[in-house]
Amino acid sequence: MLDITDQQLSLEPLVNAVKRSSSGAVATFLGVVREQTRGRQVRYLEYDAYREMAILKMRGITDEIRGKWRVDEIAMVHRVGRLQIGEASVAIAVSAPHRREALAACAYAIDRLKEMVPIWKKEVWTDGEEWVGPGRCEHH
Amino acid sequence: MVEYMIKVRVRCFAAIREIVGVSELFVELPEGSTLMQLIHLLHGQFPQLQALTGSVLFSVNREYASPDTRLAGGDEVAFIPPVSGGADA
Repeated sequence: MLDITDQQLSLEPLVNAVKRSSSGAVATFLGVVREQTRGRQVRYLEYDAYREMAILKMRGITDEIRGKWRVDEIAMVHRVGRLQIGEASVAIAVSAPHRREALAACAYAIDRLKEMVPIWKKEVWTDGEEWVGPGRCEHH
Repeated sequence: MVEYMIKVRVRCFAAIREIVGVSELFVELPEGSTLMQLIHLLHGQFPQLQALTGSVLFSVNREYASPDTRLAGGDEVAFIPPVSGGADA
């Protein structure tokens, strides 16, 4: 499951999508909109994606993960549109026979996603705004 | 001598879309043009794009591409800005 959506995100559908009979662990990540960024008060965030390329790049990340760890399934969904503080912007779930692989792969997936997947966020603060894109997002 | 033209599709996202004002453009270029030539042409049309240059990556047909990439008719090009100037950036 690799997707870009304008619908609210939750982890449960991803967890259910990645679970296999061989899985002993499912590791998850949920990125949420924080109230402050670089000392500025956030009003809301607006996400934009190059959808077709983003999904291709997500697929590339799943290939990288499979080259590094023994995992069962990987799901990544990123939200687009306007998000309020506390809403989830990105959800990831990785299943594996063992927890170490699941946890390592999940951490790798979000780092790579922020580095190279063409998704941008416009931070709209109380006193201005700025677009932030791949390679320059702050970590959640 | 006849100069043949090719037409490429330019997808615009985030700050680029706000500068250009639309989410995609179709641009005609002489056959054999490189990505860099397309970039120069767009810079001429939209001078505000020049402010973004230092940090922008480019894609051709949904893969990151270098400016010396030769374009073909029907190619899909996008600017991938890591950070760009907003209202008061």
